[in-house]
Amino acid sequence: MKDEILTIKNVKKFFTTPQGVVRAVDGVSLSVKKGETFGLIGESGSGKSTLAYVVAGIYIPTQGSIYFNKQDIGKGYRKRSKYLKKEIRIIFQDPGSSLNPRRNIKQIIELPVKVHNTFKNNHKNQRVEELLEMVELPINYLYKYPQELGGGEKQMVAIARAIATEPSLVILDEPTSALDVSIQAKIIKILMDLQRRNNLTYLFITHDLSLMRNIASRVAIMYLGKVCEVANTSEFFKKPLHPYTQMLLSSIPVLTKEEELLKPQKIVPVGEIPSPVNVPPGCSFHFRCSKKMDICSQKDPEMVEISKTHIVRCHLYKKID
Amino acid sequence: MTNRNSFINIFSKTKRRRSFSRGWYNFSRNPLSVVGMIILLLIIFAAIFAPYITPFPEHAGAFTNFREASKPPSSTYIFGTDSIGRDIFTRVIFGYRFSLILSIVVLALSIPPGVIFGLIAGYYQGTWIEIIIMRITDVFIAVPPFVLALAVAAMLSPNLFNQMMAISFVWWTWYCRLVYTMTTSLCHEDFVTEAKLVGASKTHILFREILPNCMGPILTKMTLDMGLVIIVGSSLSFIGLGVQPPKSDLGTMIAEGARRLPSEWWAAVFPAIAIIVVILAFNLLGDGLKDVFNIEEV
Ligand SMILES: Nc1ncnc2c1ncn2[C@@H]1O[C@H](COP(=O)(O)OP(=O)(O)OP(=O)(O)O)[C@@H](O)[C@H]1O
Ligand SMILES: [Mg+2]
Repeated sequence: MKDEILTIKNVKKFFTTPQGVVRAVDGVSLSVKKGETFGLIGESGSGKSTLAYVVAGIYIPTQGSIYFNKQDIGKGYRKRSKYLKKEIRIIFQDPGSSLNPRRNIKQIIELPVKVHNTFKNNHKNQRVEELLEMVELPINYLYKYPQELGGGEKQMVAIARAIATEPSLVILDEPTSALDVSIQAKIIKILMDLQRRNNLTYLFITHDLSLMRNIASRVAIMYLGKVCEVANTSEFFKKPLHPYTQMLLSSIPVLTKEEELLKPQKIVPVGEIPSPVNVPPGCSFHFRCSKKMDICSQKDPEMVEISKTHIVRCHLYKKID
Repeated sequence: MTNRNSFINIFSKTKRRRSFSRGWYNFSRNPLSVVGMIILLLIIFAAIFAPYITPFPEHAGAFTNFREASKPPSSTYIFGTDSIGRDIFTRVIFGYRFSLILSIVVLALSIPPGVIFGLIAGYYQGTWIEIIIMRITDVFIAVPPFVLALAVAAMLSPNLFNQMMAISFVWWTWYCRLVYTMTTSLCHEDFVTEAKLVGASKTHILFREILPNCMGPILTKMTLDMGLVIIVGSSLSFIGLGVQPPKSDLGTMIAEGARRLPSEWWAAVFPAIAIIVVILAFNLLGDGLKDVFNIEEV
């Protein structure tokens, strides 16, 4: 078994708003292993970004703990050591907002290199050029500004900036969902190459099921701030256990492999996701569930380990002692 | 390699006009702002070279020639002469010197602290630092700037330096407000979050990430303010709290001329027109800059 690089234990993140308390992340436990691509899937509003931000340290969890290589990191980025800031990096969904329009590509990529001093002065330029090459952008882009680049190219720059510190864990918050389909495939390919070459661990957030099928080693599915099912990718797609997973998978039309690589498969849900302000009692999925039982509206199910590689949170499955 | 090139070709079709030429294009599409700029360049040129281009440079100071006193506009004195025989055209050009120096110095003194306090207040949104800075600006903004400048100037002895100090003292708050508002919204941008996460210093975040994004509105406001500062400065001079005789700026000249209205109308009217022209020119230029930076309202 590979080592766990990231361990999330019963993490909760609530936001207090005028409408009430938003339970954006409501008790998530996950573990990500070194070198894998861990796919986190969920509909819009299920709390994926919030969980990503908690791991990145942007938000401090309301409850629960997060460990990076057994080191507690659950106190927000301000409390993190320089080493942790170098090791854990995040790529945002919208490269339009994540690149400063008033700084050129060289300045953007140079910042993490400078801050973390991993390279001596005279090698800095060389390093920036090398990073640009890694994301397959030409050297003459160094002095361009983000607004002169296309959406895909901007995301490439964001990727180069993320890996500039030689991190071990990269959180990707829907890195391709703001981009054209044709560019998505290219970006995924580069991300996979980089992962292989630099031994990166990805926490890959998306609402694109077929993308996960192609690149993730394990998948977790989130619903209203809670994880419903965690499994190896093949098991997840071959024998999904949770009714929610089954519902989502059944809505994917069958495609050829080539098409699948290109076409994004957004989750097409039946019914509406309730607001995380008024989470229904019992299992939060019960009133969209086709296999609803009496207990479902009363008691929130617990995580059940079906096998070493498959965990599900549903009353249909009982703990095997 | 071929694969890589073809990928890049997808993007090479995107418009890539240099940002400067695009800015100039937006600016020059508005003919009025070009007119404003030309007028300003002429005024600045005239003010700098006033001793060489004015017909009677010695009239700028303590000069008297009672034989030529209170002459109406003529080919010799195109704006006429004042009550002690000085050429008003010459004095208007020299007056521009004071107006421009005043507004440049006032802005140079008030913008840096205004910007820095605005950046800090915006960055520390939700903390006591923000509360203190913004409450102070609230107090300043509650009182009309001219009244406050008047109060400050009245406490000091009347001269150009104190006049500048008084106006600067009230002016920085506007830049503080502007930069504060922009900073609070820029702080929510992912690029600021990213800089924080990677461990960049606060100085880097404030001056390299946030400030460059505020420059457009700052420059535009600065241009519009040049005119406003000239009005406030001239108003202070008008009531005797500015440049002292025998030198005179435009406000002082209007005050002197106003005593001789309506018979010797030229003594007040030409300096007044001179003020209106320079303010108008700054406003036209400022409007053009708004288009360049795509600013809705400053
Ligand atoms: N800062 C915040 N303040 C209040 N509520 C928030 C905040 N951030 C997120 N939320 C709420 O928390 C819930 C989860 O949001 P989150 O952005 O994590 O969802 P997501 O799964 O990333 O969705 P998407 O696919 O749209 O990005 C949403 O209902 C959202 O409105
Ligand atoms: Mg999101």
